[in-house]
Amino acid sequence: MALYSEKVMDHFRHPRNVGSLENADGIGEVGNAKCGDIMKIYLKIDNDVVSDVKFETFGCGSAIASSSMATEMIKGRPLDEILTVTNKAVTEALDGLPTHKLHCSVLAEEAIRAAVKDYYDKKGIAYDAAQFSTPCAACHT
Amino acid sequence: MVYADNAATTKMSRTALAAMLPCLEETWGNASSLYAFGQKAKEALEGARAKVAACLGANAGGIYFTSGGSEADNQAILSAAHLGAKKGKKHIISTTFEHHAVLHTLKKLAKAGFEIELLDVHENGRVSADEVAKAIRDDTALVTIMYANNEIGSVQPIAEIGAVCRARNVIFHTDAVQAAGHLPIDVQQQNIDMLSLSGHKFHGPKGVGVLYARPGIPLENLIEGGAQERGKRGGTENVPAIVGMAAALEEACAHLAENTVKVQALRDKLIAGLRKIPHSILNGDETRRLPGNVSFCFEGIEGESLLLLLDDKGICASSGSACTSGSLDPSHVLLAIGRPHEVAHGSLRLSLSEENTGADVEEILRAVPEVVAYLRGISPLWKDKLSGKRDFLLPE
Repeated sequence: MALYSEKVMDHFRHPRNVGSLENADGIGEVGNAKCGDIMKIYLKIDNDVVSDVKFETFGCGSAIASSSMATEMIKGRPLDEILTVTNKAVTEALDGLPTHKLHCSVLAEEAIRAAVKDYYDKKGIAYDAAQFSTPCAACHT
Repeated sequence: MVYADNAATTKMSRTALAAMLPCLEETWGNASSLYAFGQKAKEALEGARAKVAACLGANAGGIYFTSGGSEADNQAILSAAHLGAKKGKKHIISTTFEHHAVLHTLKKLAKAGFEIELLDVHENGRVSADEVAKAIRDDTALVTIMYANNEIGSVQPIAEIGAVCRARNVIFHTDAVQAAGHLPIDVQQQNIDMLSLSGHKFHGPKGVGVLYARPGIPLENLIEGGAQERGKRGGTENVPAIVGMAAALEEACAHLAENTVKVQALRDKLIAGLRKIPHSILNGDETRRLPGNVSFCFEGIEGESLLLLLDDKGICASSGSACTSGSLDPSHVLLAIGRPHEVAHGSLRLSLSEENTGADVEEILRAVPEVVAYLRGISPLWKDKLSGKRDFLLPE
């Protein structure tokens, strides 16, 4: 059996929404260079809906695939809905990840949350801070 | 396909296969059986032992066949350690970048009360005989230092280290898994007391290796059983694999000089080409390195994604990134030579053999810069470096 599912390899080989957004409304960057993966998500938000999304990722195959899948899952959706996108949902959408790669999907979830938080901060929108405290235990060394 | 992962394993040679087939089809008896049919297998076994001994400049009485390099490393180190402990010697010297077969065995000994001293290998991946000499104490039981490193290819001054150990009457073991068949070995001239090698690294079969122990060094059994291997390794001998390995080693040693010239030329062309990639660095010593080893780090990218994209282009290579090892840390070898974590994640190892061609090198030199540029293009880390938000760690 191959290390990755066909879905992971498809998103890794042909990542969707790669790049950056000029004048993004929210930017989330998580992970660190020391751990070998950094994910950066750019959101364009119109009327509380993600009208556009791009990502840049430094990392392994599953990190790139998770970023790509996560951007597909939030594109065109309202903000309150994208906050419910979990790492589990990203993993399932990719037809699974090897156990030692699950943290890549966690990073994707965190990157989305960080971008939304950035948007709220920039706009001065009040939010429940507890909603955004999901440190990736594996990556904050 | 361009196979550039010969440090992981090699394609079995026709010579090895041809040597093995009769052992599988004709002389398949048990080498321990008394009747003539079994004794034919015994003859093949002893013939292989003599061939291996000749390739290592060793006495056939010091050759023990094992399941591979890891078993040989385990048995050598545990034997020497426990032998030393009987005389109150519990200090062992090694280096920070040994293979895990050595490091994990040493870890086990540390838990059992041995004092393990791991020498620094510096940025070029080498330790000097002088540093070994300074580390040796009256209670040193063993010095175990690999002949050539599996990841970065640096070759140690084995004869000089051997001389230092012999002068102080300390057992010297070397893990020669990457060296055997690729670099000259003479256990007597180089004062090597114990040596490990593995059959599949020089076009022999997998699952078979050798432990050489200088006659007079008693071995401790890892596998108890019958009287095979002079009572030091139980279990019916894998005669076909042993015979195949011996044939492959004999062939490799007979062509060592010409293979070295050929493979080294390919290696140097590859190194020169990959150096042109900005913010990249060669790992390991410039000249004192395995003829087929090319090891680089590329800043701003991660090694696993590099390997996957090279695989898509038909190139088989390897990396010391955390993501390829299944752990959170990148290769202990790259960290040992001082590469920062971030840089170590972006490593690539290409290991060539005499089966590779100039066309292979050209294909690799087309693919790697393209893939590195693509991955840098989608890397926020690289972008931050370009914009000056983060510092470059490697020179342009």
